[in-house]
Amino acid sequence: MVPVYFVAIVVLAGLAFAAGRKRGFTFMPVGGGPRAHSLPTYHGLYTATAAIVPMFLLLVAWGIVAPRFVDHMALSSLPSSLAPIDDLTRDARLRDIVGIANGQVSADLALLSAGNVYAGWREAAGWILLIAGAALGALGAFWALRNLAPRFRARNRFETIVKVVLIACSAVAILTTVGIVFSVLFETLRFFARYPVQDFLFGLQWSPQTAIREDQVGSSGAFGAVPLFAGTTLIMLIAMLIAGPIGLFAAIYMAEYASRRVRAMAKPVLEVLAGIPTVVFGFFAALTVAPMIRQYGEMLGLEVASESALAAGIVMGVMIIPFVSSLSDDIINAVPQSLRDGSYGIGATKAETIKRVVLPAALPGIVSAFMLAVSRAVGETMIVVMAAGLSGNLTFNPLEAVTTVTVQIKTLLVGDQEFDSAKTLSAFALGFVLFFFTLMLNIIALRVVRKYREQYD
Amino acid sequence: MNDASVSASTAAAVAATGKPAPSTNQAKVHAADVNVYYGEKQALKSVSIDIPERAVTSFIGPSGCGKSTFLRCINRMNDTIETCRVTGTITIDKADIYDSGLDVVELRARVGMVFQKPNPFPKSIFENVAYGPRIHGLARSKTDLEEIVQTSLKKASLWEEVKDRLAESGTGLSGGQQQRLCIARAIAVSPEVILMDEPCSALDPIATAKIEELIDELRENYTIIIVTHSMQQAARVSQRTAFFHLGVLVETGETDQIFTNPIDRRTQDYITGRFG
Ligand SMILES: Nc1ncnc2c1ncn2[C@@H]1O[C@H](COP(=O)(O)OP(=O)(O)OP(=O)(O)O)[C@@H](O)[C@H]1O
Ligand SMILES: [Mg+2]
Repeated sequence: MVPVYFVAIVVLAGLAFAAGRKRGFTFMPVGGGPRAHSLPTYHGLYTATAAIVPMFLLLVAWGIVAPRFVDHMALSSLPSSLAPIDDLTRDARLRDIVGIANGQVSADLALLSAGNVYAGWREAAGWILLIAGAALGALGAFWALRNLAPRFRARNRFETIVKVVLIACSAVAILTTVGIVFSVLFETLRFFARYPVQDFLFGLQWSPQTAIREDQVGSSGAFGAVPLFAGTTLIMLIAMLIAGPIGLFAAIYMAEYASRRVRAMAKPVLEVLAGIPTVVFGFFAALTVAPMIRQYGEMLGLEVASESALAAGIVMGVMIIPFVSSLSDDIINAVPQSLRDGSYGIGATKAETIKRVVLPAALPGIVSAFMLAVSRAVGETMIVVMAAGLSGNLTFNPLEAVTTVTVQIKTLLVGDQEFDSAKTLSAFALGFVLFFFTLMLNIIALRVVRKYREQYD
Repeated sequence: MNDASVSASTAAAVAATGKPAPSTNQAKVHAADVNVYYGEKQALKSVSIDIPERAVTSFIGPSGCGKSTFLRCINRMNDTIETCRVTGTITIDKADIYDSGLDVVELRARVGMVFQKPNPFPKSIFENVAYGPRIHGLARSKTDLEEIVQTSLKKASLWEEVKDRLAESGTGLSGGQQQRLCIARAIAVSPEVILMDEPCSALDPIATAKIEELIDELRENYTIIIVTHSMQQAARVSQRTAFFHLGVLVETGETDQIFTNPIDRRTQDYITGRFG
């Protein structure tokens, strides 16, 4: 019924628009005379909105109320022998009933009739929605049509409507974010109720194996997250050592040295790197880079784990090169040409100008580009899963296997686990730490960028 | 404003300054048959001119006539534009500046430039002025450098206003102060020629008056070429004036003569405000 309802909204809105616009034309002066306040289109838009809004609100309200009502009617039609005694049985009954309503067969006559009741009410609720909605929409449109007058400010009204719609959209984005943050925060607090915060933040041992059966030995895991933070930092540092210089120098070449033709070709190619799925980078890291490093390492007489932080870091570095280079390139381009001219005008060479004028002027922006790249590196999972391993070693040796925060989150949540075991909850705590870290990085980066903008405006 | 009042006021300005005729000065910059192309488009057509030493020469003419283009030829700033091509000869002290053996970097140290919009670097006032001496290695010690910065700021009559805040950012100064800072920055490398492209167009009348006064002082030691849209300004600060029109150098002469008794019809039309 809901798809039909949407069709109804569109049809009614269209009709309302046409009617409002027609009305609007009657306000237009025929030969001179005082002009109507708004053009006919605005009268039409205003009328259409007056039809859409109530219909939409009704749909939302119906979506909240109707399912409960239908459930209730079906359940209360059950004979007392089948009446649910607690939430669990209630859910089970409902599942049966909905199944029957959707065409399943059942031998139980009482359930069958309840299923029919359910289907009947569901049908009825749909029709009620459609009819009530159409009536409301028409009412809204008529009310709006009555408001229309030559001096009616339909144009300004519509402006307000546009504003409200835009606010609603940004509210959805913001509320979702806030909602996610709070749900993660909530689960994190549940974890800390079972496991001390300081042990989590400063503990040196990470072995989240908890018992599946109550009586199993070693059932309490150790959730010291320091090895994960260390592993994340190590891989991030390796990645930035690769991506920082290469990305920055590529950006300088693009912005300052490349001719327009080279730039037009090279820039998109570099940005294609950013579009490669990380899983592709991941198997590249695991199947090509890691064995290669191992081979070289052994030639030099070093002991290299088959999954190493170095392999993951290098590949991740390659992956984030375009982040650094593309952002830095934009920032370097934003440095006013007049500064370069000033420097050339005194007899500075290109390299001197870049080093002493362009880069210092662009530095805050470049720093923030680096920070965004870091937060990208820290949040990356796939490459590390595939190339760096899962063992929570506390080490800064890039040739050993390490693990990162994101990888552990993924591992903790995959597989059969009770949802409220400490193991699962610890994933939320890790997620929260990660979120907090990247949030801080982003805030700092944005501030730096803003400060930089002020200089030239 | 009608024609008569413009020419009257510029003539009055010329009369008021009453400068000595500089035609005795030797030619510092000499250009012969200079053509400039931006891609296919020709922006300057066979420009030949002598610019006297230790005097102010002004370039006037309607927008787009090639004044900036010619100015930028004199320190080869046009090299930074990919599509730009220059033919003909320009010499400074009889040495060809487009000679392949010439070092552009050295040339630009000898020929300073001040731009239309003040463009101090986002560095401290001190660092702005010290920039040129540093890259050219003009100062042997820190005291040397401080000395250069101080004299340059003094010559640009900015010292009194900024001596207590040399460490503050150059971008924090007022527009007029910024422009004088840019002049100080250019002076700091002891150039012989200073090119100024509409140095006052972003400034208010008081700041403009200050800069004009400064230009008049600088004329003792430097050869100055200034592009301006204000004929009053040209009359006030320059001894010689060159009039450009549609990429052609129409007429050059003593400033008084150009403004009171132009030879070419187009010059006359321009200074009386009939076009441009
Ligand atoms: N970078 C460039 N690329 C292509 N054409 C250019 C470029 N710079 C200037 N030109 C052209 O060359 C001609 C002369 O320009 P120029 O800037 O020298 O004029 P101008 O006399 O300084 O004008 P204004 O008084 O407005 O500053 C103009 O037609 C302009 O369009
Ligand atoms: Mg110009």
